Amino acid sequence: MAETKSVKFIITRQDTPESAPYEETFEVPYRPNMNVISALMEIRRNPVNNKGQATPPVTWEMNCLEEVCGACSMIINGKPRQACSALVDKLEQPIRLAPMKTFPVVRDLQIDRSRMFDSLKKVKAWIPIDGTYDLGPGPRMPETKRQWAYELSKCMTCGVCLEACPNVNSKSNFMGPAVFNQVRLFNAHPTGAMNKAERLNAFMEDGGMQGCGNSQNCVQSCPKGIPITTSIAAVNRDATLQSFKNFFGSDRV
Amino acid sequence: MTSSREFFNRRLHSLLGVIPIGLFLIVHLTVNHQATGGAESFNKAANFMESLPFLQVLEILLIFLPLLYHAIYGLYIAFTSSGNTGRFGFFRNWMYLLQRITGVLTLIFIAWHVWETRIAMMFGTPLNYQMMEDIFSSPFMIVFYVVGIISAVFHFANGLWSFMVSWGITVTPRSQVISTYVTMIIFVVLAIVGMQAVFAFV
Repeated sequence: MAETKSVKFIITRQDTPESAPYEETFEVPYRPNMNVISALMEIRRNPVNNKGQATPPVTWEMNCLEEVCGACSMIINGKPRQACSALVDKLEQPIRLAPMKTFPVVRDLQIDRSRMFDSLKKVKAWIPIDGTYDLGPGPRMPETKRQWAYELSKCMTCGVCLEACPNVNSKSNFMGPAVFNQVRLFNAHPTGAMNKAERLNAFMEDGGMQGCGNSQNCVQSCPKGIPITTSIAAVNRDATLQSFKNFFGSDRV
Repeated sequence: MTSSREFFNRRLHSLLGVIPIGLFLIVHLTVNHQATGGAESFNKAANFMESLPFLQVLEILLIFLPLLYHAIYGLYIAFTSSGNTGRFGFFRNWMYLLQRITGVLTLIFIAWHVWETRIAMMFGTPLNYQMMEDIFSSPFMIVFYVVGIISAVFHFANGLWSFMVSWGITVTPRSQVISTYVTMIIFVVLAIVGMQAVFAFV
């Protein structure tokens, strides 16, 4: 038998949200420049494990394949990151894949990130401009500020920072690091700033910013290099002022 | 007030750790340090503290109640976190874990320390140089006090760092790096002061 180069994958699988996880090993034929997604596609094409047994194909989520959508986040060799930008040549073998357990596992590597989107709804992470008539153009944003805000807007709700955070767990309802950044982003927008107090107050409710314990794993783990801890401290500062206004009253609305 | 009880509780916990508990820690360590000048100098400093007017009111309002709140809420914080330094071995994550470990150690230490000194004084044992010398006649107690004081001082110094982040005083990465250095210098200095006091009794 001709010896072809192959890559070994040890994948943590789970058949249903409630069932127990188990590991399964796969040998995937090596191709130059392959990433974890292409290896998973190979397994899907030929779902046979390393014992030669036919097995249900491994499920995972993917969308953009260029690290901007956040859908293919998983634990790769112990690190939460996107499978699309994880190049096989740069990974230690065997490559271990597991779902991000901070989130409910749907099946195999597929997780349910709804809690992140629910959090964004709670803190009103949008700019309300809908009205019954044309409000006209909004205030202009200086170019330097736009460039700065662009960095914050790179968040793709991938969930890596929640996976890395020691305060996001089943014992607390902390919304997670990503939310700080979104609150800061929309509060910094000239039109978004009109709802700044509303957003801060929503983020001071249960599960809000006070859940942060400053381990700063989020900023170290963020695949987009977003200055999350700077956003955390900035939102904390705004909340300090907001809480004083709430308590003592304010001469501004 | 629209903000939640949880937000208020957490900010209160953060504030009380610095004012009054942190300030009291510094005063306490300074008084202890008088022991390096001998029994008479320590007794003089201890007697001065005991002679403060409204002592019991001050003790209850500025030490006992804040400490009790900080301890109980702190335990809640410590046990609702799930340390992950094994997977994420970053410097700040270790400091995060150490903050929680030293918090629990400090609570155990303070509970015993208060029992052995302040409560004992309530039951008639005079609080003076002799009392501490007797305690330190046991080598186990020396180790216990060394660990307890180092924990307390670290918890205070590193707590100062996170206090400044939590209240939005240090926002930028650079300011947080500088405050890491400053608070670690505070840790080392207070640890030296504490250790000199312990070994003055030995």
